[in-house]
Amino acid sequence: MIKVSLTVNGKKHEKETAPDTSLLDFLRSIGVKSVKKGCGKGECGACGVIMDGVYCKSCIVLAIQANGTEIKTVESLGNAQNPHPLQTSFVDEGAVQCGYCIPSMLLAAKNMLDKNPEPDEKEIRKSLDGNLCRCTGYVKQIAAVKKAAKIMRENKNDQ
Amino acid sequence: MTNNINNYKTVGKNVRKVDGIGLASGGHLFVADLADEDSLVAGILTSPHAHARIKKIDISKAKKLDGVHSVLYHGNVNRVPHTTAGQGYPEPSPYDTVMFDNKVRYVGDRVAAVAAETPAILKKALDLIDVEYEVLKPVFDPEEALAPGAPIIHDEEDAKVIIPVEYDKTRNLAAHVDTKVGDTEKAFEQADLVVEDRYTTHYANHCAIEPHISHAKLDPHGRLVITTSTQVPFHVRRIVSQVCEIPIKQIRVIKPRIGGGFGGKQEILLEDVCAMLALRTEKPVLLEYTRKDEFISSRTRHPAICDTKLGFDASGKLSAISLKVILNTGAYGSHALTVGSNSGSKVLPMYPCNDIDFTLDSPYTNLPVGGAYRGYGATQAVFGLECLMDEAAEKLGLSPIEIREKNHIRSGGTSPIFKALGEGTEGVEMKIGSCGLDRCIKMGAEEIKWEEKQNKQASKPWCKHGLGMAILMQGSSIPHVDMGAATLKLNDDGSFNLLMGATDLGTGSDTVLSQIAAEELGVAVEQIIPLSSDTDVTPFDVGAYASSTTYLSGMAVKKTAALAKYQVLEAAAEMLDCKLEELDIKNSVITGGPSELTLEDVGRHTLYADNQHQIIASASHVTEKSPPPFAAHFVEVEVDTQTGKVDLLSYVAAVDCGTAIHPKLAEGQTEGALVNGISFALTEEYIFNDKGKMLNPDFGNYKICSTQDIPKIKTILVPTFEDTGPYGAKSVSEISINGALPAISNAIYNATGVRIKEGPFTPEKILKALNSQANNK
Ligand code: FES
Ligand code: FES
Repeated sequence: MIKVSLTVNGKKHEKETAPDTSLLDFLRSIGVKSVKKGCGKGECGACGVIMDGVYCKSCIVLAIQANGTEIKTVESLGNAQNPHPLQTSFVDEGAVQCGYCIPSMLLAAKNMLDKNPEPDEKEIRKSLDGNLCRCTGYVKQIAAVKKAAKIMRENKNDQ
Repeated sequence: MTNNINNYKTVGKNVRKVDGIGLASGGHLFVADLADEDSLVAGILTSPHAHARIKKIDISKAKKLDGVHSVLYHGNVNRVPHTTAGQGYPEPSPYDTVMFDNKVRYVGDRVAAVAAETPAILKKALDLIDVEYEVLKPVFDPEEALAPGAPIIHDEEDAKVIIPVEYDKTRNLAAHVDTKVGDTEKAFEQADLVVEDRYTTHYANHCAIEPHISHAKLDPHGRLVITTSTQVPFHVRRIVSQVCEIPIKQIRVIKPRIGGGFGGKQEILLEDVCAMLALRTEKPVLLEYTRKDEFISSRTRHPAICDTKLGFDASGKLSAISLKVILNTGAYGSHALTVGSNSGSKVLPMYPCNDIDFTLDSPYTNLPVGGAYRGYGATQAVFGLECLMDEAAEKLGLSPIEIREKNHIRSGGTSPIFKALGEGTEGVEMKIGSCGLDRCIKMGAEEIKWEEKQNKQASKPWCKHGLGMAILMQGSSIPHVDMGAATLKLNDDGSFNLLMGATDLGTGSDTVLSQIAAEELGVAVEQIIPLSSDTDVTPFDVGAYASSTTYLSGMAVKKTAALAKYQVLEAAAEMLDCKLEELDIKNSVITGGPSELTLEDVGRHTLYADNQHQIIASASHVTEKSPPPFAAHFVEVEVDTQTGKVDLLSYVAAVDCGTAIHPKLAEGQTEGALVNGISFALTEEYIFNDKGKMLNPDFGNYKICSTQDIPKIKTILVPTFEDTGPYGAKSVSEISINGALPAISNAIYNATGVRIKEGPFTPEKILKALNSQANNK
């Protein structure tokens, strides 16, 4: 067993775990269950987190590799009382069906928008390429990212 | 009933999806999130052989391993023949499955199961189970499976059917149907044009992003509580009771949020094993499939061989259809009869004529098991039919649009197939109420610029441009079979709990059904608190399948709301001392009386003041009809003649689902289905070795569409009003998965002159066809 300590959405966590534990399993074991498992092989994108500012698939990162890092999950965006524009746009555009792929997709979108606040459709598609969704056909999700980007730009201008 | 949808307050509006924000903020809403922390983890040992008898199995080493709590195999679990198909009772699928057998019938079949304290111990224990197999000769080809002398896959004595349908396990025949209307022989003889061909469809997986998962435990009273990712909670309860031999009353099934189903979760795949392990260990148990298990051991789309023959008169009027389907059901007969029957009943009525032959043979083979999959048989059969319509059009000098306009069904029309072909029984005679096909075709063609783009040049000299189309129908619920029920209960703040057996698996049905309740009650949708489903709490519903939820469960909700409203008005009339008939509810206010009351007043009064009682209503609904939604799909492609690659430029789906209760969700259903259809048509494929083992059980090698693979997509909802549906609604979820195969094949033909009659349309296949076309010239 090895000790892993990391920060999730600003809160410190420390736990002993087997050396081959993935970051995904580690996060779920400490109660961070918004991170989903769809394949465990880096192929579906349901397990995305932002680790030290980089979006990555937590199932193919070892927990020990994440030792000392700062992890952000979808809870860092907002919650039902105070949702982020990405979250409201996704819901209002009809981009959330079963919702299983959504937390990770929101993080992928957020990560892209942080660097590119005014993406065109091609760039949006590219940024969500690693996030498989079997429910929606992606049309509404692409529209939702566009809409959120606009709201986020406006919010920024208002500040 | 008013059919002016503009008069509705909630129906037809894009209200906020009731579970949307909770899901988008990462709420712990799925089975894996809700499992007890101290759950044992379970796993299943599966067969490496396609066909083998288990000669010996030694579980002793696994059992002795520290941290192993239970090992199940055929030697310590009772043999109860059943079907894993989550269908109503009596199931039309054969009882050909037991929890564990001494024979395995496909690579991935169950051999044993273990519950252990950690995943590492589980893995070790599964490795420690010693199995000695006597490998038997397998059969993979569905036609060979039916031929004399083929290895018999179900040679056990106890496999049987429980309704009077044709079933002959001594010939590997899981289902057979023979339906004849009129005299096709004569009709084909007299026809001016006959076109016929064989079209085949391939294996596919549902690929719900959440794999199958179940959690089971005993509550402090000793009752079994199963929390599971299912489309059919009530069928889970019944089948677990049957297989684990415990009374229904001992079982509670909870369906939380589900991470997609598409038919794959209309199957009792894990619940029986998980329940048995919880009963044996008296501990909570979590059993989940890996992605690899999903591909290999769960259910699939039945591959089909469809021989279709069409007869026309010189004007292009269709006079006869013959459709012979060979539906490979794999190792077990789950949904074989019904998927196969739907290949006829959800396709043939699209072009009414008097002389129709339909036959189905569904053989067992030693390959993965078929099951329910969005489209349910229509996907398979409409491929050949819609390609042959194009072939006939060309021969008759008609355009694809003209031939369809000449022949498709319309309002008031009927087809003898409706009555002749049901699901293991006779069907139900039915006249088409609403039908927007004419407009679907017209609007879809306009949107894709069908006329303008007829002779459009491709973007590169070695590419070819093409257009293709297909028209589609499905159904809405199974008439006289499916039942849905709902309960509404008024709270003291004027809100209502809406308890439904109807199962939202991500489709948005909780929202749609809440809208229906709100509309009928005269309240805002925010006043409805939906709960689906918990067999201890919510009334019965067959579950989410057969495109039934909006149409069938929606009507149950509407009836329930009307009853609840009546009770509210009764109480209000008493409170206001006026006549009930004068009153109505508008935006949660009781209007029309001497003074106004709010629903909150009524709620509080009835719970705490005079004539105290709970305002609560329940109603059930069974349908008389299964009104088809209709659609016209159009696609524009470019085919690269050097590589054989098809590029989709744009895809238009015009859909008549009656009233769209929630237009954005209806569009979402359409887009999700059509993208799944595109992915099925172009890339998704099971690759087997010669031993029947699937070689590509992961998303790296089984390619489903991502954001980069989709064309420009346009959904057009074409409103009609179905009198028998809630606020004019029909179904929408399945139909649009069926269009891509025929529409893209037709477009490839239009571009290149080659017909691809077998999915998926991979570059290799297209290149091969182009080369043999060149050689033949
Ligand atoms: S679970 Fe990590 S990519 Fe699928
Ligand atoms: S919404 Fe279901 S997988 Fe994306």
